[in-house]
Amino acid sequence: MKIRLYNTVRLIAAVSIAVLWGCVVEEVARVGTTVGQSTGVMTKEQADSINRSATAISKAAEDFTPEQEYYIGRSVGATLLAKYKPYGDSQAENYINLIGLALAQASDRPETFGGYHFMILDSNEINAFAAPGGLIFVTREILRLCKNEDEIAAVLAHEIGHVELNHGIQAIEKNRKLEALKILAVEGTKAFGKQELASLTSTFESSIGDITSTMVNNGYSRGFEREADAAAIKMLSRVGYDPSSLAAMLREMEKKLKPGGADFVKTHPSPASRISDLPPSARGQLTESPARRARFEKALKNI
Amino acid sequence: MKPRIISLFLVLAFFLAFSGIVSAGTMMSVQVKKGDVRATPAFLGKIVSTLEYGDRVEVLERKDAWMRIGPTTKSSSGWIHSSALTDKRITLQAGSKDAQVAASGGELALAGKGFNAEVEAEFKARNRDLDFSAIDRMQATDIPQERIAAFLKEGGLTDGSGDAR
Repeated sequence: MKIRLYNTVRLIAAVSIAVLWGCVVEEVARVGTTVGQSTGVMTKEQADSINRSATAISKAAEDFTPEQEYYIGRSVGATLLAKYKPYGDSQAENYINLIGLALAQASDRPETFGGYHFMILDSNEINAFAAPGGLIFVTREILRLCKNEDEIAAVLAHEIGHVELNHGIQAIEKNRKLEALKILAVEGTKAFGKQELASLTSTFESSIGDITSTMVNNGYSRGFEREADAAAIKMLSRVGYDPSSLAAMLREMEKKLKPGGADFVKTHPSPASRISDLPPSARGQLTESPARRARFEKALKNI
Repeated sequence: MKPRIISLFLVLAFFLAFSGIVSAGTMMSVQVKKGDVRATPAFLGKIVSTLEYGDRVEVLERKDAWMRIGPTTKSSSGWIHSSALTDKRITLQAGSKDAQVAASGGELALAGKGFNAEVEAEFKARNRDLDFSAIDRMQATDIPQERIAAFLKEGGLTDGSGDAR
């Protein structure tokens, strides 16, 4: 008994030391960065020591910050709008923004740097796109395909899924990302020089190219589409939309898609294979909501 | 056998109590442009204040994906969704909207650097055919939470954010 009690005390002491040591380390780092902050810029020594730290750089290389994702998304969106024109029906746009925001707030990543925004494209192609950071585009034709609000929700939730899961950013070629982050590691603590800005912009330009060509020409992998569908089912259920709406919409799409087309056919796995990837509980028949019927017809009457 | 179990519980209780104290003091930074703080842990909760990019907050409590934060000089105490926060430190550079990041706990975070407004401007100069005005308009739409709440209610839907992890 005595020995056991002693062991207990020893264990508590060991745990305490470990926890306190963590606090000390954190405190040292905090004081260090406060100094850097109060002087406006960090000293060269500090910057050098950060730059030398391989672990720090590899850690930063894992991802772009939400702020950088925001700028990537804006340029991807602008590039997309060189090919597709905005539709501009404010009533319809307002309606899909309400559906989209309700879903985004129920997603696992409701907050992005600049928030989620939805736009209708004036196109007869069956298509939808998600730019990093939450800029989501759907064509008039894909909306015409939707027979009710729940099916629109399924389309939007799938796109939100791509944003939540960072699929756009992952389309950037790995060496490109490392290139950008290498420039940042060196330049992270001071303003850009002309040359750094030029080379960083080139990397930015190529990254935008990687993402838009994946979205418009090559499409994501079947695995990514499956992940986005699974995320969509989760969002739909949380908000109270019928999760069968995704399968219902895919069945409609199956009927309309023309083999060899330049739209969804090119960039997505076949609707049938996507349905087979869904959980059985989400493959049933859709139950219509009378509460949502009237506003669906009103908002999309000119679509 | 019995004393051993007692010892185990003692250690466990001590550890839980201690870790509670430690996590209660965790400092985090707002990683979005506009971080709304709410009265309750849900998007339908009343917005009590709004934080800015880079603001430091102290996390007092967690509930699923929501964090209750202590009052700051700009805001009162309330709940914010964890996706709006990062454990990286983001500091704002004097005289510039861009943020500067320091290293914290061996971690290098780079905000306001890299792909930023400056790079976008340079990209625009190289691609003069691209039109950003529609993107600006798209991002300028700000639908108030009350309208989302009314939309959900009218459609027989619910605020799913309480379940969001």
